[in-house]
Amino acid sequence: MHEIPINHILFLSTALFFIGVYGFLSRKNMITMLMAVELILNAVNINFVAFNKYLFPGKLDGLFFTIFIIAIAAAEAAVAIAIIINLYRSHKSIDVDEVNDMKY
Amino acid sequence: MLLENNLLNFLLVMLQELGLTAILIVLLFAKLMEGEKTSPMLYPLVMVLLLGHVLISFDGNTTGMLFSGMYVNTPLIGMEKGILGLGTLLICLQAGTWLKNHKHSTEFIMLLIATLMGMDYLLSAGNLLMFYLALELSTIPLAALCNFDLEKRRSSESAMKLILSSAFSSGILLFGISMLYGATGSLNFIEISRSFMGTEMEMLALIFIFSGFAFKIAVVPFHFWTADVYEGAPIPVTAFLSVISKGAMIFALTTMLYKVFGAYAAMWYNILFVASAITMTLGNLFAMRQMNIKRFLAFSSITQAGYLLLGLSGASAEGATSVVYFMLVYIFSNLGAFGVLALVSAATGKEEIHDFKGFYKNNPVLSWVFALSLFSLAGIPPTAGFFGKLFLITAGASRFNMPFLVIAALNMVISLFYYLKVVRAMLVEQQDEPLPTIAVPFYARIALVVCVAGVLLTGFFGQIYEYIHTLSLGF
Repeated sequence: MHEIPINHILFLSTALFFIGVYGFLSRKNMITMLMAVELILNAVNINFVAFNKYLFPGKLDGLFFTIFIIAIAAAEAAVAIAIIINLYRSHKSIDVDEVNDMKY
Repeated sequence: MLLENNLLNFLLVMLQELGLTAILIVLLFAKLMEGEKTSPMLYPLVMVLLLGHVLISFDGNTTGMLFSGMYVNTPLIGMEKGILGLGTLLICLQAGTWLKNHKHSTEFIMLLIATLMGMDYLLSAGNLLMFYLALELSTIPLAALCNFDLEKRRSSESAMKLILSSAFSSGILLFGISMLYGATGSLNFIEISRSFMGTEMEMLALIFIFSGFAFKIAVVPFHFWTADVYEGAPIPVTAFLSVISKGAMIFALTTMLYKVFGAYAAMWYNILFVASAITMTLGNLFAMRQMNIKRFLAFSSITQAGYLLLGLSGASAEGATSVVYFMLVYIFSNLGAFGVLALVSAATGKEEIHDFKGFYKNNPVLSWVFALSLFSLAGIPPTAGFFGKLFLITAGASRFNMPFLVIAALNMVISLFYYLKVVRAMLVEQQDEPLPTIAVPFYARIALVVCVAGVLLTGFFGQIYEYIHTLSLGF
């Protein structure tokens, strides 16, 4: 049975990363933007796991990094959603186009 | 016996972070014990503890490594932590007036100190994992701090912009880190710097990591979040963002470029050249048209980031020294300006430049403090800001890249225009109802005196520069 070559996995993670960047820049809903950031972080996770498994199988650096990224992403999302809820109370919207009190 | 020695060593090397942890625990218990009202003794107690933290940072930092190279402390890093701690102390002192009427003043100081601790770990990181964790510890509480004017619409808008853009930039930085791991197979800074092979993947990693940093330092073209976040956040938080947060990130960038990417110096010199030239010019052009003082200081801080990158591009001990020295001066000058602004805003709620017309009439001392700070930011000779910029340019001149230096010098002249515009509004112009006389409480007065003394004296004591220079020689 053939193993999946690392190139394919890296292609997947790079595509996921740029989908995330595109989503972050094009979406107007804050929750969706947060999901786009999550996509970027998962692309990074895939990268770490793939590099660890294919290139440096002797050590566990990459896997540990992945676990920490998942934990931090949860903390970040918690704070971000708390802020968005507070913002919804005053603005009655979570669309970035409608939250623009400040302009030069 | 060996165990005792190890423990003592551990305590000494990590003294600064452990001290901050102790302050956090004190605050946590105070919060748990407090009833309806915060004890009036708590605030002075925390200020004294923070002062102790600053004092131990400037004297005899133990060099050492802990956790198999994950945590590194050197005298220079200890000094940088001390500078950041000093800035945080000044901001806490200035925030007193505003905090007195706030329901959650204990939480405010807790979050501020948690952020400072994250920055201390960030400077001491010797491993990419540690680096990432410290980075997040120093940015996530900041977003909560931005939202601290809970009822204000602008405050939550600025917090939203900060958390989304910092999450995005951490994502970009992480993608670069994962590539670096793939290319070198290690997370340790020293091992990485030894195992570079000149592949494209390493260069791509450098570009991604630099972009992530550029977001945090607010370098053009990654500066879009800056002005809105600075304008909406409460003034002490704006001061923290523009001085401490920026300083910590630029120190971390120094470590990253000098220690990890030392082999790619020729490449990142070009990146710094382009980024710095664009940042200085655009920051200046935008600063000219601002009417709100917080936005104006935001764009001025973008411009200062450009000068810092110029010093950083020197790639030598002089480069590191000039950056640390400039940050010290910048803390005094920017916090002087923000201190006056915080007092005015807490008393009257006014933050526009035209509100400051005729400010001299009722508040001569405060307007001199403000004017001195702006002179120092602009780099006018007797103030320390002049020496800071002089050293940055001297460090950047080591490559004889004349166009770069000419752009920097021209920008300094242009920046005089808008700094003096504010000074003119305060001292020369008049309006029918100038701002009333503003009372300066005890703590804010200490902070302003320290800032003015720093602005006036730092430049004349050459020993300070020499001392930082001896520390950074081993860098």
